[in-house]
Amino acid sequence: MSTVPVTDATFQTEVLQADLPVLVDFWAPWCGPCVQVAPILEELSETYAGRVKIAKINTDENPQVAQAYGIVSIPTLNVYKGGELVKQIIGARPKPALVNEIEQVLQSA
Amino acid sequence: MTDTTRDLVIVGSGPAGYTAAIYAARAGLAPVVLAGSVTAGGALMNTTEVENFPGFVDGVMGPELMETMRKQAERFGAEIVYDDATELELDGPVKTVRTGNGDTYRSRAVILAMGSAYRELGLPDEKRLSGHGVSWCATCDGFFFRGQHVVVVGGGDSAMEEATFLTRFAEKVTVVHRRDELRASKVMADRALSNPKIEFAWNSEVVAIHGTDRVTGVTLRDTVTGAERELDATGLFVAIGHVPRSELVAGKVALDAEGYVLTGADVAPGVRGTATSVPGVFACGDLVDHTYRQAITAAGSGCAAALDAQHYLAGLVDSAEPPAPVSLPEKIEETL
Repeated sequence: MSTVPVTDATFQTEVLQADLPVLVDFWAPWCGPCVQVAPILEELSETYAGRVKIAKINTDENPQVAQAYGIVSIPTLNVYKGGELVKQIIGARPKPALVNEIEQVLQSA
Repeated sequence: MTDTTRDLVIVGSGPAGYTAAIYAARAGLAPVVLAGSVTAGGALMNTTEVENFPGFVDGVMGPELMETMRKQAERFGAEIVYDDATELELDGPVKTVRTGNGDTYRSRAVILAMGSAYRELGLPDEKRLSGHGVSWCATCDGFFFRGQHVVVVGGGDSAMEEATFLTRFAEKVTVVHRRDELRASKVMADRALSNPKIEFAWNSEVVAIHGTDRVTGVTLRDTVTGAERELDATGLFVAIGHVPRSELVAGKVALDAEGYVLTGADVAPGVRGTATSVPGVFACGDLVDHTYRQAITAAGSGCAAALDAQHYLAGLVDSAEPPAPVSLPEKIEETL
């Protein structure tokens, strides 16, 4: 499994209607911390394959979803479960911190 | 993960850490650089153009400069690890550095180059609204304030750079500064002062941030008269300087009252260069620098730290006995 690129057009089906919890990385190419956290998210998509979907949305090309969720700082990592926003992590975090956040979401199933 | 003891571990990867790595690698010390998992490259990764680093006639983008330094260090054999130092044991002849991913590095010398973190305003709603209009990274977040009014707090080069950068997106930028003149360099100040989109609130400080889910405005207090006024704004970019990232070594090497790592004669008479209060541990860059905090001064002190570490390691080979620990004068011990 690797991270799944989503767009304004596919957000509904790929994220809100997904069976698994989805962590969505709101990012942009000019954002240094976004670029730094990207490889960690790739690793997490392998670690959590089949349990958590890790998606990425380029806010530069897809402003609508970012606006709908009031994103004004990136990276923002939103976690959705059953179409609901259940967690928001603002700013790049080291891998152990993200693992901890994802485990919390999985345990609150 | 390794159990072998190396010569040198460098903690940090800004201009100080990478320059130390270049020098140490060229000296054949095969340093490991713990670059940080999400902070590699340091503070310059969040800047735009660096115009004052010697050798770049037309300036260079901060991230590009750091990428170049990293490659230069790697070319000579430095090993760059994208992991975070989480625990340091610095006493004794062999130092141990543990990381967030659970690895352990042992070395005879350590160079501390953790740099600095953004200074916060210290206001009650600052954390709550962080990421919801309060920002420390104009290059990351400026895009989301297109056509809006944003406030930049600070009077130094960083504040001027952020204010000028934000005019690409914002309708208006108000710079809030506690004094009636800027600390920024003349070229940066003049650029901001002549920008028609930038207004200045002189002798003013932000005393409150408003907004439930998002920033809606701030309260300013006049530092001379004490008068308060409200200012509507959707963004608040804080650029009021930095604090040293010395929390990992607090109580392990001597710090001053503000948390900077003490080096050289500031530790004790007879201590030289970038040496800290612990033998075999050297420090450089923003972590030690109250005064200059430039990429070039950080690079220069990183070079010095590598040379000092090299000298120390050579002494170990010569004497086979590590030098005795420096005894700290009382006033410094109090700050440990």
